[in-house]
Amino acid sequence: MKNKSRFLAAPYAVWMLIFTIVPLGIVAFYAFTDAGGSFTLENITSIGSYFPIFLRSIWYSIAAALICLLIGYPVAYYIAQCKPTTQRFLYMLIMLPMCMSFLLRTLAWVALLDDTGIINSLVTHFGLKPLPLTRNPFAVISGMVYNYLPYMIMPLYTVLMKLDRRLIEASQDLGCRPSQTFFRVILPLSVPGIVSGVTMVFVPAVSTFYISQKLGSTSTIMIGDIIESQYKTAYNPNLGAALSLVLMALIFICVGIMNRFTSSDEEEGMMTL
Amino acid sequence: MKKFNKIFTILVFVFLYVPMIVLIVASFNAGKDLAVFNGFTLRNYREFFSDSRLLTLLGNSLVIAVLSSLCATMLGTVAAVGIHNMRGRLRSAIMSVTNIPLTNPEIVTGVSLALLFAFVGTLLRIKSILGFWTLLIAHITFNMPYVILSVMPKLKQMDPNIREAALDLGCTPAQAFFKVVLHEIMPGIISGAIMAFTMSLDDFIISYFVSGGSYTTLPVEIYSYTKKQIDPKVYALFTIMFAAILILMVTMNLLQMRDAKSRRTAVKRRAES
Repeated sequence: MKNKSRFLAAPYAVWMLIFTIVPLGIVAFYAFTDAGGSFTLENITSIGSYFPIFLRSIWYSIAAALICLLIGYPVAYYIAQCKPTTQRFLYMLIMLPMCMSFLLRTLAWVALLDDTGIINSLVTHFGLKPLPLTRNPFAVISGMVYNYLPYMIMPLYTVLMKLDRRLIEASQDLGCRPSQTFFRVILPLSVPGIVSGVTMVFVPAVSTFYISQKLGSTSTIMIGDIIESQYKTAYNPNLGAALSLVLMALIFICVGIMNRFTSSDEEEGMMTL
Repeated sequence: MKKFNKIFTILVFVFLYVPMIVLIVASFNAGKDLAVFNGFTLRNYREFFSDSRLLTLLGNSLVIAVLSSLCATMLGTVAAVGIHNMRGRLRSAIMSVTNIPLTNPEIVTGVSLALLFAFVGTLLRIKSILGFWTLLIAHITFNMPYVILSVMPKLKQMDPNIREAALDLGCTPAQAFFKVVLHEIMPGIISGAIMAFTMSLDDFIISYFVSGGSYTTLPVEIYSYTKKQIDPKVYALFTIMFAAILILMVTMNLLQMRDAKSRRTAVKRRAES
């Protein structure tokens, strides 16, 4: 009986074959052909000129992920130590921004940072010179942090909440100072949450095109911008496909390296609702 | 240390919520500039509710979110049961395929599906294939993995003897599934469905690539709005969405709390009798 029930996964397998595997195959096909459909390596070789942009995207997203980790960890730790009802309430407050349109939230962030925005009108109100808050790398990274911080806090909280209190007490009984307890017990045990949080921030950040359009300038163009423009304005899907292929490979390598830090037997994600 | 954590957490919540509060205030602002408050008005709301295009698109978004999360929940739950009964290489293969849409940056998923649809479009000689069906298919595709990942742990936690008992007591396998197994994994199905619904409602990047002139969703339209000087009625829309999600979350929270409370009193009563 059991043997038969695994065929229940067949419709899903077929669906994923058609709408996940085949499309990726088509991306690969486009990457190696020209507009007429004949084989070429031109798209792949021209990627070299986009190398600085790839590098910039990675650098911005790593910075954003690390800042999110530094900000998110104390918050997740604090929430995990609250009373259960408070925990649920604070968790809800973390979830709520994730459900709001990220386009409009980014726009709100722009409204704060803009040259004539809210922060700067406060600054000029006190007779100071307006700060250069937008159209620079700082603005793009801060936009990423603002948008993706909840994705960091959620998995960290999930791990820290499940942490066995007795382990902390045991380390204290055995003579650990608070800092030792943190670095030798709590931090190692929260590595799965850190890895999944960093992944959940890094992947959308590295491929974003909206945040960099709204908060950046021509010198902060990211790889997502280039891919988007190849499809929507420049009409060169072949180059776009080649760039997508490289971006995908890059992310799978990064995620693979990060997953090295955790045991691989856990196939379920850290997402819990 | 704890006090520091508390202050820090409050600051982070301020960081997360201030930009959204700015937009909410802007929705009641008589002037167009976000940074200057020119007096209270409800005009933006009136304009939003008389804008038939925005309302139609909101309807489109809801239709796609409901249909895609329903389909994804049904297909995904059935698939999870199937995968649960799989072993070995086939299982790990299908789980890696499940992870592709989760790990892949959304822009690559969007681009790959857009290329697939364009390819099918030229095969069938349809000029504009992008629309309702392509959106629905894309949303089902990226929603299913979330359902599977939230149903699988529940299947793992379930005592297999319960199903055996149902079979021994004369249930057909189908009855055993609908009367016993389904009941056991229901929390996972519900949280998967909610996650799928919110993901679908909020999705911009994938929809941006697979929707066409004939049928788009609200986030795609908001994107084209934000490229121009933004109309304040969009802020009214944001405020309404914020209020709706807040009410939904608080209600869910209260229901969960009541549920937990009644369960606790039931346990207590059973212990007393």
